[in-house]
Amino acid sequence: MTPASDVRPTLDAVWRIEGGRIVATLAAACGDLALAEDLAQEAFVEALRSWPDGGMPDNPGAWLTTVGKRRLIDTWRRRERLDERHRAMAAELEEHAEDRWEPIDDDVLRLVFTACHPVLSKEAQIALTLRVVAGLSTEEIARLFVVPVATVQQRIVRAKKTLGAAAVPFETPEPSEWRARLSAVLGVVYLVYTEGYSATTGDRWMRVELADEALRLGRMVAGLLPREPEAHALVALMELQSSRFPARTAADGSPILLDDQDRTRWDRAQIERGRAALRRADALGRGRGAYGLQAAIAECHAMAPSADETDWERIVLLYEALGRLAPNPVVDLNRAVAVSRATGPASALLIVDRLAGDGALRGSHLLPSVRGELLAQLGRTEEARSELATAATLAQNARTRAVLEAKLAAL
Amino acid sequence: MKYMLIMRATPAAVEAYKDIPFDEVITRMGRYNEEMIKAGVLLAGEGLAEDVDTTGFVVDFASEPPAVTDGPYGEIHELFNGFWIIQVSSKEEAAEWAKRCPLGPGSKLEVRRVTDESDFADFADNEYIQKESEWRAAEATAAAAAAKGDEAP
Repeated sequence: MTPASDVRPTLDAVWRIEGGRIVATLAAACGDLALAEDLAQEAFVEALRSWPDGGMPDNPGAWLTTVGKRRLIDTWRRRERLDERHRAMAAELEEHAEDRWEPIDDDVLRLVFTACHPVLSKEAQIALTLRVVAGLSTEEIARLFVVPVATVQQRIVRAKKTLGAAAVPFETPEPSEWRARLSAVLGVVYLVYTEGYSATTGDRWMRVELADEALRLGRMVAGLLPREPEAHALVALMELQSSRFPARTAADGSPILLDDQDRTRWDRAQIERGRAALRRADALGRGRGAYGLQAAIAECHAMAPSADETDWERIVLLYEALGRLAPNPVVDLNRAVAVSRATGPASALLIVDRLAGDGALRGSHLLPSVRGELLAQLGRTEEARSELATAATLAQNARTRAVLEAKLAAL
Repeated sequence: MKYMLIMRATPAAVEAYKDIPFDEVITRMGRYNEEMIKAGVLLAGEGLAEDVDTTGFVVDFASEPPAVTDGPYGEIHELFNGFWIIQVSSKEEAAEWAKRCPLGPGSKLEVRRVTDESDFADFADNEYIQKESEWRAAEATAAAAAAKGDEAP
């Protein structure tokens, strides 16, 4: 006999491991992700109720799936939709013990594609994916994103309703849609990651947790899509970025920038995992996409003994390629920073001035802070001062502002 | 958080394993590893060779310089014969994965949390002079922008 208080953490852990497969199995049975999620919830509640007295089943995943399927049959009965197929399933449930459990990877893949469907808003995709694919509780998602639990619940309810309204089938995409749909899936994983990597709210460990969650999700997706180079490249990018976490923050929580990081504190094992993932992507022989190029940039940093000994010219080249694949002023700005390291501030300033002339990144502190930095290096102190002051005014994040003000004071 | 699952077995358990066809042992372990890879939790894992008598030795720091000996293998009752490192979200999840390991009576898994930077937070180096380049912030924003497609951030 297990007390209820002990069941909850264990059940949560089982859900982390099996939740996605349970929902995927149920969704494959009924063709409806929203219904499957409801059924899975009911099974979860049932376990909370019965495990404390009856003890934990030998195969908790199978037990939960069976309960979910029984509830599904009840639902069909209520809707008077019991045809031959459903009777067969009911008979099968009667016959087999609750330890038969053979989840199918393809069902999990369908689940991933459905949860990241383009009819959903980014927020809805993220909430639903973490909930049904990663098996996180609503409370955990709320904690990681520093939003009220009710907000997360609302997003999930809305997401389920939207899928229903759009009659989204529980299927992997057609070949003609494949690329766009894959990019949506990878985009969701990476958005979760960047939220963890550069969050402006919450304490640092929470952010690391979120980044770890994205990595786990990314590894899972790469496992489901072993033939997709960008899935492996995304894992590579996240591993390489995360390898710097131990060196990114000072004891007082202030950020330590790349140049000043103690590289001995980078996680070498993680760097190796990242490089291995990039090699897997490359081995597929289809070239590098946006994630592959960013991973290659991260790899350049990871392999450099110091900031000055970094292969900046290669980084410039990689940013040029990335800018052509996915034109974006922030990529241009990063290229400018790399150019300043490779060939000096004057040529970098040309790029930044062109961006400023185009009105790019207006209202963001990024452009004036880089421009101020370059002007300072060129000895144009007065102009640098004014740019950095502008940047400090625009900075959203208090830590960033403090760094800019310190730089201003040092001029 | 990361956990290390440390495989320990009594010599009796190691002997008992020899009754199972090695092919089957590999298959069972392989299936277990694959489960963890698919779930995205396996970071590393290695098995240690059983021929400790010929290839294993002990470096003992009781003396200066340390002495290399053949080791007290004759007298230990448990052999450390492999490990996994997994990244999970809770102690309970580590326990769930550990319970799934295809081991039999006589074997144990010792499950230990691997330290991370938070364990050393009090000792973090704090002599850095804050030298500002917006590199990191820009890099992160670029990443977010790339994830969103090509709309400007």
